[in-house]
Amino acid sequence: MGLILVVMENGASGFTDASRELLGKARELTKHQDGQVMAVGFGPQSEKALRRLAVDRVICADSALLASYNPAAYEACLDQIIKANAPCITLIANTTLGIDLGAGVASRCNLPLIAYCTDLQINGNKITATSQIFAGKAVAEIRIPDSGAIVTVLPGVWNADTDVGDPDFETWPVDTPQMMEVLKVIEPETGDVDITKADILVSVGRGIESPENLPLAEDLATSMGGVVSCSRPVVDAGWLPKARQVGKSGQTVKPKLYLALGISGAPEHLQGMRDADLIIAVNTDENASIMDVAHYGTTVDMLELMPALAQRLRGE
Amino acid sequence: MRIAVLLKSVPDLIEDIPIDEESGEILYDEMSYIPSEWDDQALEEALLIKEESGAEVTAITVDTGESDTMLFTALAKGADHGVKLVGDFDPSLPNRQRAHIFSQYLGPQSFDLVLSGVQAIDDIDGQIPGLVAGILGWPHASVVTEVRAHDNRVIFRQEYAGGLVAEIKVSTPAVIGVQAARKPPRYASIAKVRQIAKSSQLEEVEMSIQEVPSLEILRFYKPIASGHAEMIDGDVDEAVDRIIEILQEHNLMRG
Amino acid sequence: MQKAKAIELDVAVVDGVELSGSWNRMFEPRAISEYDIAVLDETTAIPGAESLGYCYQCGKCTAVCPVDTVGDYSPRKIFRRTQLGVSLVDSPDLWLCTTCRNCLRVCPKEVNMIQIMPAVRERAVLDGKAPDELLTAFENTARYGNPIGESPRKRAEWAKTAGVMVPVMAQKKSPVDVLWFVECYPAYHPRGKQASVALARLLNALNVDFGILGNEEKCAGDSQRMAGERGLFEMLAEHNIKMLSKYTFNHIVVTDPHAYNAFLHEYPKLGGDWPVQHYTQYLAERLSALSFVRSIPRRITFHDPCYLGRHNGEYDAPRRLLTALPGVELVEMGHCRETSYCCGGGGGGMWLDSFTRDYTSERLSEKRVREAIEYGADILAVTCPYEVPRFEDAVKSTGNAGKLAVMDIAELLAYSVGLTDEYAAN
Ligand SMILES: Cc1cc2nc3c(=O)[nH]c(=O)nc-3n(C[C@H](O)[C@H](O)[C@H](O)COP(=O)(O)OP(=O)(O)OC[C@H]3O[C@@H](n4cnc5c(N)ncnc54)[C@H](O)[C@@H]3O)c2cc1C
Ligand code: SF4
Ligand code: SF4
Repeated sequence: MGLILVVMENGASGFTDASRELLGKARELTKHQDGQVMAVGFGPQSEKALRRLAVDRVICADSALLASYNPAAYEACLDQIIKANAPCITLIANTTLGIDLGAGVASRCNLPLIAYCTDLQINGNKITATSQIFAGKAVAEIRIPDSGAIVTVLPGVWNADTDVGDPDFETWPVDTPQMMEVLKVIEPETGDVDITKADILVSVGRGIESPENLPLAEDLATSMGGVVSCSRPVVDAGWLPKARQVGKSGQTVKPKLYLALGISGAPEHLQGMRDADLIIAVNTDENASIMDVAHYGTTVDMLELMPALAQRLRGE
Repeated sequence: MRIAVLLKSVPDLIEDIPIDEESGEILYDEMSYIPSEWDDQALEEALLIKEESGAEVTAITVDTGESDTMLFTALAKGADHGVKLVGDFDPSLPNRQRAHIFSQYLGPQSFDLVLSGVQAIDDIDGQIPGLVAGILGWPHASVVTEVRAHDNRVIFRQEYAGGLVAEIKVSTPAVIGVQAARKPPRYASIAKVRQIAKSSQLEEVEMSIQEVPSLEILRFYKPIASGHAEMIDGDVDEAVDRIIEILQEHNLMRG
Repeated sequence: MQKAKAIELDVAVVDGVELSGSWNRMFEPRAISEYDIAVLDETTAIPGAESLGYCYQCGKCTAVCPVDTVGDYSPRKIFRRTQLGVSLVDSPDLWLCTTCRNCLRVCPKEVNMIQIMPAVRERAVLDGKAPDELLTAFENTARYGNPIGESPRKRAEWAKTAGVMVPVMAQKKSPVDVLWFVECYPAYHPRGKQASVALARLLNALNVDFGILGNEEKCAGDSQRMAGERGLFEMLAEHNIKMLSKYTFNHIVVTDPHAYNAFLHEYPKLGGDWPVQHYTQYLAERLSALSFVRSIPRRITFHDPCYLGRHNGEYDAPRRLLTALPGVELVEMGHCRETSYCCGGGGGGMWLDSFTRDYTSERLSEKRVREAIEYGADILAVTCPYEVPRFEDAVKSTGNAGKLAVMDIAELLAYSVGLTDEYAAN
C-alpha cells in the first residue's frame, strides 16, 4: 500500500471531528501494510494543529487566501496536491467541504469517487469500501482500485483521533486564479427549532398526558443533543407549536434517530417519519402500529423512562 | 443570463429496492423512477432568479426513459427550453457517465450558470454538479441555499454544519449544487403540463457513451431487516441500558 | 373603476304604471353605498364562478353551512367579503368549503358553491396559491394514483388478507357481472382495508360474480376535482376509463360516494358511461339473500355522507341495511338526511387538516362525533371511506375514546352475517 491522504477541515476550534475521524481509520489501514498517512490542512491557522497530528507527513497550504473556506481555491489546491503525490486513497468527510471537493477533484484528477462511505476494510491485499445508497435502504460493497480513488466518508462512523505525533512538515505554495470571493459569513439565527433539520428527534404523542410532563421530554432531548417533536394531538392541545408536528399534515422528517414516546403510529403520523434511519418506540401497548415501523421497541412507561434515560445520558 | 438546470430521475423508494440476492446486483428494470427531489429545488431556484432578475432557463436531462414528463413539467413551471440528451442509455447509467454526457453538451453552449441538485439518492459515484464542474474546469460549490444573479454577477449562499452560512461571489460560468431553494418548489398543475406537452417541442440532442472512471461494485445488499421492532424486555432500568447500547452502536452518543 | 350607480328616477314606468319619487325604489336597483366591485367582477368572470354574483344576502345559507358552526363562514359571507374587495383567490375562505352542498339546498338564488369552489380553486392552484398540504396530495395522486402516497404496486395487497377470493380483472380474463371500484382509502388505509375485507366477504357470501382492477385502478379523482385540480381529475378519469374499457362487466359498484359521484356525473362526459351503484344500494337490493346470525344489541346512528345523500339523493339504502341488522336500534341525529352535517373531508378537506384548523374552532368531524354522543349512540355507522379515520380520530380527540365506535356499514353487516368476528374496533 502506498499513501493515504486525509483532508483536514477547519472548524470553530481546530480541525473538525468529522475530519479527525478519518485519521484514525487511515492509520489503521496503513499500520500493517507499510503505507503512509499524509494529512493536508488549509490556511495559516492550520499549521500548529497539523504539526501535532499522529501521521507520517503533513502538508500545509498556508496561503491567507485559504484561511476561510473557499470552494474553488480549495479544489484547485487539492487537485495539485493529489496529482503531485498520487495517493492510493484520498479521504474527505462528506460534509459541505467533502461534497464540494470530492466530486470536483475526482473528475479533475480522473479518479473514481466513492461517496457516502460508511466503512473501509482490508480484504487480503485489497481494500473494500462500504457505501450507503438509496437513502440508506441499500448498501454497496466497492473495491478500491489500485489506481486510486477519492472517498467521501459520512461523519460519525468512526471515532475522532486525538493522538499527538510529530510528522514531517511541508508547506504548499498556492497560486490559483481567484474565481470565488467569500463576502461574509453569517451565524445561524436562533428562532424556534426546525425539526426537519435535527439529527435526533424526541417525539411525544398523547402518551405525554399533560403539558406538565413536557419538560421531561425537553430535558431528555437536551441530554441527547436533539429536539422535541410531536404527534398531532399534542399540537391540537396547544402544548407545542405546529412547527413541531410530524406527519401528513405536519412535517416530514428523516432524522438519524426518531425516539417515539407514547405515539400509537397512526398512518397519518407514520407518513411523516417512517424513513428515519433509526426508530425506537416507547409505548405501553405492545401491539401499537408504531412497532411495525420501529427498529426497537419497549413497553415501559414513557413518563418513567424519560427522566431515567436523561439522567444516565448526563452521566448521573 | 442563461441558466442550465440539470435534471435526472432516480428510483422511487416507495417501492422495495429489488436486489438479486445471488449476484448482489440491483435490478434497475424493476424499479419505478421519479425526478430527484434536489433537482426540483435547483429548478425552483433557477425560476426564482428568472423572475427576480431575468434569465433564460433551460432544463436538461439525459434520457434514460420517461424524461418527457419531467421536462414538460419544468416548462409548465416556467422554464424556457427543454433539452433531452438521447443515446443508448438506460436507468442503470452511472452518474459519472451522466456527468460526462451533460458536460459534453454544456461545453460548447454559452451558459452562465449551471444549477443541479446537490445530491441524489443514487449517486454513489459522485454528485452531478461537482463532477460536471470538474470535467469542464468551471468553479463550483454545493450545499447552496440561495443563488442571486445580477448582470452576470453571481452571489450564492453556502451552508455548513451547525447552520453557519457563507455568502460567496463567483465568476461565470459556474456550477452550483442546490440543497434548497429559497421557496418550496412550485406546483405545476396537471392541466398545464398536459397543455404544454401538446403545444411545445423538446430539443433532442444525440450523445454517446464515453470512457470514464468506474466503480467496481462487488455487491449490493439491504442493511437491517425491518418488519417488526425488536422488543426490549425488562423494566425501565433495563430499557435504559439497552437504549444506551443502541445509541452507542449507532454513534449517536454525544461527546 | 366600476361603481354601482344610484338610480332613483323621478318617474319610472313599471308594467305600464307610472310611479314617481321613492316609490320606484322598490323596482329599480338602489345603492346603499358605493363599492368598487372590480374584485367581485374578476371573481365572477371565472368560468363556473358566475353564480357567486347572484347572492342577495338573504342569509339562508349561513344557517345551514356546517363550517359556520365552527368558524365564520358561509356563501353569504364569502359574497360580502368579495364585494368589499377581498379576493377569494387569496383568501383562506377559498379552502374551507367542503362542497357539502347544504347551502345550495336552501339558496333561493342558486348560488352554487359546488361550481364556484372548484373553478376559483383551479385559478388559485395555477397562481401557486394553494396550501402545501393539498399540493402534496395532488402530487401523490399524480405520481402514485392515490393521495396517500402509497405504492401503486400495492393497491391490491389488502385483498390477500380478505380470506376469500378477490379476483383481479387482469388475471381473471373473463367477463364479470360486477366491477368493484375499490378506491384509495379502502385499498390502503388500515381501517379502510378492514371495511374492504368485510365487503369482499359479503360479495362472496352473495355469490356475486365480481372483479377488481387491482393495480390498474387509480383514484377516481373527484375530490381532487373539487379541490381545484381538474387536469389531474381528467388524467385519472382517462386512465380509469381506459382500464375499465378493457374488460367486460355489467355494472360498477363503488365503495366510495365520491367515486360514485364521479362515475354518475363526470365520467360519462369523458366517455366512461356505465351503470353504477354505491355498495349500500347494491346490497340493499339483495338484503333478502343475506342471513343474519348474530345480533348487534346496540344503539346505532348513521352519518349521511354528503356525496351519497345531498349530492345524489340516496338516503334509504344505508338505512335499509342498518335496520335489517338484528338487535340494532337506529337513532337519527338532529342533522340527518338532507340536513346532515359534513365530516369535513369532502372537497379536499381530507388534505387540508392543518390549514383548516387555523380558521376553525374545532374539526367538523369532532362536532359530528359530539352530536352522535349526544344522541346516546354506541356506534356511529358510516359508509364513506374518508369517515372512519376522521371520526375515529375525532372520538379520541374529543375525549370520548371507548364511548363511541365508528364502523363502516359493511363491517357491521359482515359481522352480523357471521363473516367476521369483530364488529367494534374497541
Ligand atoms: C386528515 C388527518 C390528518 C392527520 N394528520 C396528522 C399528522 O400530521 N400528524 C399526526 O401525528 N397525526 C395526524 N392525524 C391524526 C392521527 O390519525 C392520529 O389521531 C394521531 O397521530 C394520534 O396521535 P398519538 O399517537 O399521539 O395518540 P394516540 O393514538 O392516542 O396514541 C397514544 C399512544 O400512547 C401510548 N401511551 C399512553 N400512555 C403511555 C405511557 N405512559 N407510556 C408509553 N406509552 C403510552 C398508548 O398506548 C397509545 O398507543 C391526522 C388525522 C387525520 C384524519
Ligand atoms: S357547500 Fe357546504 S361547506 Fe361549502 S359553503 Fe355550502 S354549506 Fe358551507
Ligand atoms: S342563501 Fe344564497 S342568496 Fe342567500 S345569502 Fe346565501 S348565497 Fe346569498
